[in-house]
Amino acid sequence: MRTTLTSLVSGTLFGAGLALGGMTDPARVRGFLDIFGDWDPTLAFVMGGAVIVMAIAWRIVPRLAEPIFVGEFHLPTKSDLTPRLMGGAALFGIGWGIAGLCPGPGIAALVIEPASAAIFVVAMLAGMAVVRLAEGTYS
Amino acid sequence: MTLPGFPEAAPLAGLAGGVLIGLAAAVMLLGLGRIAGVSGLAAKAVGLGGSGIARGGAWMFIVGLPLGALIVMLASGGIDATFASPITLAIAGLIVGIGTRLGSGCTSGHGVCGVSRLSVRSIVATVTFMATGIATVAIMNALGLEVL
Repeated sequence: MRTTLTSLVSGTLFGAGLALGGMTDPARVRGFLDIFGDWDPTLAFVMGGAVIVMAIAWRIVPRLAEPIFVGEFHLPTKSDLTPRLMGGAALFGIGWGIAGLCPGPGIAALVIEPASAAIFVVAMLAGMAVVRLAEGTYS
Repeated sequence: MTLPGFPEAAPLAGLAGGVLIGLAAAVMLLGLGRIAGVSGLAAKAVGLGGSGIARGGAWMFIVGLPLGALIVMLASGGIDATFASPITLAIAGLIVGIGTRLGSGCTSGHGVCGVSRLSVRSIVATVTFMATGIATVAIMNALGLEVL
C-alpha cells in the first residue's frame, strides 16, 4: 500500500513538473532542439532543475542502509557502452525530434490533447512490443 | 520573467517544473530504491519487460503522469500544446518505442536519473539522443517539413 502510494505520488509530481515546465507542448520541445533556428532554451532549465535535485538525492543514497519504504535498492549496474545502447538512443532522438514528444510528456499529454497523445502512446507501445518480439525470436 | 534574446522562453516555469521532476525521481529513488524511468515503467505496466518494479507500482506511476498534468492544467486554467498530425505522431511514437527499449531508457531514466548519477552509459545515451534530436529537427527544417 505504501509502495503503491509512493509510486503514484512520484508519477503525479513527475507529470505536474512536465506540464509546468512546458514539456507537454511539442512545439516547445522542438524549439529546444532547434538550435540552428529559433532556439527556445526552456528545456535546459527543466533538465537543469531536475538534475540538480537528483544530484542531491544521489548523495543521500549511500547514507541510507535501505530505501525508506522497501528492503533494498534496485539500481542499474551496467557500465558497458554497447552499439545497442547508442543505436537505441540515436533512434529515440530521431523519434523525439520528429514529433517533439518523449515517453513521459506523451503519456502526461493524454489529458491535454487526448486523441493526439493516444496515437503517440499506442505507437510507442507498439514499438516496444516490436523489440520484445524480436528479442523473443533471438533467445 | 523572460530571458533576454529569447522572448519565447519560460525559464522560471522551466526551472520549477524541473525541480518537481527531480523531486518525483527522488521520491522513487529514496522511497522505493528505483530509477524513475518512464519508458521502462511504461513497458513494465503493459507487460513488455522494462523495470523490475511490481506491475501495480508501475501502473500507479504511469497513471500519475496525466493526473499531475491535469492538476497543473486545472490550476493554471489551460496548457498550450501544439501536436503533429496523426501519421507523424504514429511514426514518431513507433521510433521512440523501439529506440527507448533498445537504448534502455529515455529523457527521464538516462537524461535526469543517469546524468545526475554521473553514469557514463546515461551521459553517452543523453548526448546521443540530444544530437540526433537536434539533427532531425535541423534536417526537417532544411527540407521544409513543417510538422506542427
